[in-house]
Amino acid sequence: MRVAEHIDIGAPCETVWAVIADPARYLEFMSGVTRWEVVSDAPNGLGARYRMLLLVGAAEIGGLIEVVEWSEPGDMAWTSVTGVDQRGRWRLRARPDGRTRVELRLAYGVAGSGLFGWIAEHIAARPVSDHLRRSLRQLKRLVEHEQLRAQAAARRETRAA
Amino acid sequence: MSATAAERAGRNGHDPSARLSIPGAATASAAGGLAARAIRGLAGQIASRIPPADLDERDPDFIRERLPQLWLLASLWFRGEVRGLGNIPDEGPVLLVGNHSGGNMTPDTTVFTLAFNSYFGVERAFYQLAHNLVLSMPGLSMLRKFGTVAASPENAEKALSAGAALLVYPGGDYEVHRPSWHRNRVDFDGRKGFIRLALAQDVPIVPVVSIGGQETALFLSRGEGLARALRLDKLFRLKVLPISLALPWGLNFGDMLGHVPLPAKVTVEALAPIHLREEFGPDPDVAEVYEHILRLMQDTLEALAAERRFPVLG
Repeated sequence: MRVAEHIDIGAPCETVWAVIADPARYLEFMSGVTRWEVVSDAPNGLGARYRMLLLVGAAEIGGLIEVVEWSEPGDMAWTSVTGVDQRGRWRLRARPDGRTRVELRLAYGVAGSGLFGWIAEHIAARPVSDHLRRSLRQLKRLVEHEQLRAQAAARRETRAA
Repeated sequence: MSATAAERAGRNGHDPSARLSIPGAATASAAGGLAARAIRGLAGQIASRIPPADLDERDPDFIRERLPQLWLLASLWFRGEVRGLGNIPDEGPVLLVGNHSGGNMTPDTTVFTLAFNSYFGVERAFYQLAHNLVLSMPGLSMLRKFGTVAASPENAEKALSAGAALLVYPGGDYEVHRPSWHRNRVDFDGRKGFIRLALAQDVPIVPVVSIGGQETALFLSRGEGLARALRLDKLFRLKVLPISLALPWGLNFGDMLGHVPLPAKVTVEALAPIHLREEFGPDPDVAEVYEHILRLMQDTLEALAAERRFPVLG
């Protein structure tokens, strides 16, 4: 099953990327995520590994994931190593008005789980989509709020100078 | 050549003679002797069905492929909610001690098994001890692939020695069939073997408290007197012959064929690990530890009960 959500954030790609590239921030803005723990030497970049869990229905579902694509500041993709099969992607694209279109995609399932797996994937699609949508809204609020504070701090410094 | 019932029982870590002999049978009347032989024959048949406990029978791929099925059941039917899984140590052997509910259908086990395997991954060895009769039921052989082994101290030691997480229900058949009006009571019937096991293996205990299972049918009585009269305790290690009102049977004796559980909301909470020697000294008093764990679980169960507004609905 594949679900995708997108949102426009009033900040440049680099500012959004700085947040999504930092694993320590995932618990701040990712809805339903109960664990996002670095288990590799490098905290991010190609080959970085995380143990992540997402609360869906009665269970926290996820496992060990690895970043398999790292194209700063545009694309970051990961795939599962253990746990349910999943492939996710952050896709950031600059808009002509200076904003950033942020898309979050997640494809998931359990190979070999048959008809029950197919039913479960489709029933889980709605709560998973809700999580992705809320995550993007929270990311937008976080990034735009931090940008406002940074701009205000810059203005204060200018006035003080 | 297939193993005899006694050999299989022995491999399972049980004393076959304890289960297959009927005290006083030799002096029984002719009619009584016939009945005793029939029951003994049945006991032998059941004993022969009990699969030998082999930890290697747990199959992570099988579990992984069944997770969506468990997820559907736990999420849609029981509206399962599991808290505190982060309290369970991430690695190493651990003894998970739960209160048990729901008759022979045990929805708490379904919800917790899904939660544990999703949270830690099917790669982490996780075993559950179950009553002999459960493992010998036709159609339930797949439980062995989930890591269910016959309840015995030897099997428990094997699992913990192998570094696995082990789920035990000390109350067992006694607790699982308690009347519905005792649904918010943890009742281990004074069984303290799990504490001696944790001490011998030097592993932490994580209490796992669940609520909702005893609302999946109307459990009326354990039928202990009936079980004694029929010598089920000697033959099958069964202390109870439960009586309940359950779907689709109506009046349900024994619950041997299971029942359709009502869709009661099941909530499970794993508590902080208890390191016995750190908390109770180098030589802990088993009775004191038992009282402590029971009180802790009872308090948690009452807190979970206070959150519920209606039976079944939760």
